[in-house]
Amino acid sequence: MLSLLGVTAVVVGFAVRLNPLLVVVGAAFITGLAAGLSPLAVLDAFGKSFNDSRFISVAFLVLPMIGVVERAGIQEQARSLMSGLRGISVGRLLIVYLAFRQITSALGLTSIAGHTQTIRPIIAPMAEGAVEAHSGSIDRVTQQDVRAAAAATDNIGLFFGEDIFIAIGSILLMVGFLATAGITVDPIHLSIWAIPTAIAAFLIHAARLLMFDRMIRRRLSR
Amino acid sequence: MIGLSVVYVLAGIVFGAFAVLSALDRQNPKRIGNATFWGLVATSFLAGDQLGDRGNGVLVLALALIAGFGWLGKGQPATTSPIERKALAERFGARLFVPALALPLVVIFGVLVLKPLSLGGHPLLDPKQATLISLALAAMVATTVGLMLLRQPLISPLQEGRRLMDTVGWAALLPQMLAALGAVFALAGVGETIGQLVTAWIPMDSRLTAVAVYCLGMAGFTMIMGNAFAAFPVMTAGVALPILIGRFDGDPAIVASIGMLSGFCGTLMTPLAANFNLVPAALLELPNRYAVIHAQIPTALSLLIVNTGLMYVLAFR
Repeated sequence: MLSLLGVTAVVVGFAVRLNPLLVVVGAAFITGLAAGLSPLAVLDAFGKSFNDSRFISVAFLVLPMIGVVERAGIQEQARSLMSGLRGISVGRLLIVYLAFRQITSALGLTSIAGHTQTIRPIIAPMAEGAVEAHSGSIDRVTQQDVRAAAAATDNIGLFFGEDIFIAIGSILLMVGFLATAGITVDPIHLSIWAIPTAIAAFLIHAARLLMFDRMIRRRLSR
Repeated sequence: MIGLSVVYVLAGIVFGAFAVLSALDRQNPKRIGNATFWGLVATSFLAGDQLGDRGNGVLVLALALIAGFGWLGKGQPATTSPIERKALAERFGARLFVPALALPLVVIFGVLVLKPLSLGGHPLLDPKQATLISLALAAMVATTVGLMLLRQPLISPLQEGRRLMDTVGWAALLPQMLAALGAVFALAGVGETIGQLVTAWIPMDSRLTAVAVYCLGMAGFTMIMGNAFAAFPVMTAGVALPILIGRFDGDPAIVASIGMLSGFCGTLMTPLAANFNLVPAALLELPNRYAVIHAQIPTALSLLIVNTGLMYVLAFR
């Protein structure tokens, strides 16, 4: 029971917006000490696992390329692509991106798009451009809402597409775990039964994006 | 065989360059903090395996303290102005998208073409890490393409990369730190304790309650652990195997699949899934670090209800 103190520390720390790196380190120590480990043992375990998880931060190697194309005006170009198209709204643009992200993820191509490679340099500026095409300008609050919606759309497309691909990590985990419990499942069944949720995710999020369009239009016509 | 160690050396060099350029940046009043922070990250990539567990622990502690005391600033490398960028955009037009397109194409090339290759009986790429190695290769190729095609200064990848890295700031290291926290949680048996609490306190006599406990439990537990993969074994062993599959005879493939996707709904709602939720907020320069989560909550909650309904209807026939 005491080991849950660390979980409480994380929840409270994030809720009061302390620096998350400090919260995480603090929670590790609270959890470890409550479980009867010595402070140095916690430090060792935390350091070892941090070192073993370096692959997570390798993704930032993409930043230099993104920086170069930003320096040469990719955001401005993405934004101006939208100015000629009055028929395309933010919502519709993001619905197209949602479908693209779900379908490519379902084919196993999860790493061809993402917040760093596509949302910041291309999709977010296009989405802002779509608002500007409609109303001539964009205010700061709307700009932030549009960016958050673009990032959210990427996550939703990825999460509810990738599980249809049969060699993705989560499917391998499920097959392995069920096998240890003596249950054999064919990975293809796991991926097929991800499809109903994928369709529901598309419908729900697409409907929300259309509502987002209406909300923005109402806000900007005032 | 090319493995992750080569990629780590490359990452170490890039972060090392960020550190040196930060130290030289007189526009940034906190340049020492930035230089130390990125220098420690470079050290971790270049020498992490030689530091030992305790050395790595001290390094992580130092990173957290620099971030916690607010010693990280934002570097101001010289870059093009908005007006210059507009002019460049008009000049280069669609060519600007070529490096961004080259990136995924090289990743796909790496996974489809390079991964199956072998030299003298040894695979060219470490098969388990082929995607990450391909991503690192793709980043280098796309940067080179960008430099040549768009005629940018040779230093610009490092200076512009540093600008973006400072934009993300401490949030960049949060996903890796949370993975380390997950390891400490596992060591202390946090998952099992929560699993026991859920199964001991919630009555699951009816099929609907049991389905709801599993789906909502997957989402809630994922929010606490930051990762559906950590929640799945505990919730499935506690609820799905004995009750949904054992007592009510549910189809294991459907139960597991929709259970995992319910966990993904939780991922959309938690700051502990930092690489999906907090890093993009920093990258997009949103003042509210939870703005992306707020944008996702309505979709996540609706989908969670749909998942519960789908499992109830589809898994028991």
